Amino acid sequence: MTFLYAAYAATWIIHITYLSTLVRRYKRLQREIEELQK
Amino acid sequence: MKRAFPIFAVLTALLLSYALYEALVAAPTEKTMGDVQRIFYYHVPSAWTAFLLFLINFVASVVYLIRRSHTADIVAVVTAEVGVVFCTVVLVTGPLWARPVWGIWWTWDVRLTSTLVLWLIYVSYLMLRRFSTSSQTPLLAAALAVFGALDVPLVYFSIWIFRSQHPQPVIGGGGSIDPRMLHILLLNWVAFLCFAALICWSRYRLERLRREVEETQALESLLEPRSLR
Amino acid sequence: MSLAAITRATLAKDLRLEWRSKDAINSMLFFALLVVVVFSFSFDPNAEESRQIAGGLVWVAFLFAAVVALNQTWARELRNQVLDAFRVAPAPANSLFLAKALGNFVFVCVLEALMTPLFVVFYKLRALGPAWQLIPVAVLGTWALVVNGTFFAAMSIRTRRREIMLPLLLFPISIPAILAMVNATTAILTGELSAWFWFVLLATYDVVFTIACLLLFETVLHAE
Repeated sequence: MTFLYAAYAATWIIHITYLSTLVRRYKRLQREIEELQK
Repeated sequence: MKRAFPIFAVLTALLLSYALYEALVAAPTEKTMGDVQRIFYYHVPSAWTAFLLFLINFVASVVYLIRRSHTADIVAVVTAEVGVVFCTVVLVTGPLWARPVWGIWWTWDVRLTSTLVLWLIYVSYLMLRRFSTSSQTPLLAAALAVFGALDVPLVYFSIWIFRSQHPQPVIGGGGSIDPRMLHILLLNWVAFLCFAALICWSRYRLERLRREVEETQALESLLEPRSLR
Repeated sequence: MSLAAITRATLAKDLRLEWRSKDAINSMLFFALLVVVVFSFSFDPNAEESRQIAGGLVWVAFLFAAVVALNQTWARELRNQVLDAFRVAPAPANSLFLAKALGNFVFVCVLEALMTPLFVVFYKLRALGPAWQLIPVAVLGTWALVVNGTFFAAMSIRTRRREIMLPLLLFPISIPAILAMVNATTAILTGELSAWFWFVLLATYDVVFTIACLLLFETVLHAE
């Protein structure tokens, strides 16, 4: 039964990890934009 | 357009929650495998979504090869990345399902193995994109995507031959499916498709922004006055 | 000049250059010998078991040797700006590709011919099935590796980690071919199963990817 929960948890962990890399990349871009606007 | 995104996001979240509830609670328990079978409701939609994304990548790559369209290239990158994410989910949930049911983590199952090869091909695609120093990276990547697409039927054929000579257990079960289960499966698939669309949309906007910033940076460095040393 | 004539001329030049310097062939030979010896230290099966695993071992060894050969495919061209010359010459890009692929094919076949007796000796191999069938397996299998390998080597030229990029791109795409080569060889050695379907797969793979490479090489060549 733990396998069931592990599978569902793993799915969301993978998705959340990817989304957090997107957020990180976006933040870095925002910083670069600020640099350019100076 | 901007307003649509949060609304769509909330709707998707609701849909996913509902689909999760249906899968974990409302769906009938499978006779032979028990509750573990419910992994099916996440494993199969993720696979179908990944395949759809890779198909879109293939089409975008062909469009790029013919027309050199920037949009096609961005679509290709986006679908490749998100496709790999969903493919990873398939490869993780597959063995987690196989282990309690068949006692083994892996088997030369046609679908699972083909998914692994597809994953490998697209990871190599992403690595090409990352490590290429050519200004024509999109072109090279598009060529690789075409090769990958040509490879897929061959992969299927090769594993089919292998299995006919070395019989192996089939993960994911063949045969007919209870209509109630089918209903919940499709519900989860629609939910994940909406989720994938959201992620792709975000990644698309991120990529467009990234390219704009890069271009601006390149222009800036060209226009900078050179200081005398 | 026709495609065939230019291909033949380029191929002859490559083979002649290689014959005179014997750069690549010497290093590949020694590498192949090392691989065979290391494998024999790692696995010491009796004759029965060795027939089961030899197919896989042999092709893994050939695969490594092929990668070594493929990595240096375009090195000479890059050093001497030959690629730029080819881009502006009226010669069809495919003639360059075919010449390179055929040259690699010859190199890897020579390697295989030299490594095979070593394997037979170290693993006490004797084919229980029709041994002559190993030749078409070797020919079709080697071509499958070499045709895609030459193409991906050209794609890897403009990447940061050139030497590792080639196997990274080549191996996933080659999986059906590798599966076919290994299983066909095992089928022939053990004599238990028919290698027919594997032949069909290999032949199909070769045809599909040779055409794909020929169609797309011009595009890749012009990618700066």
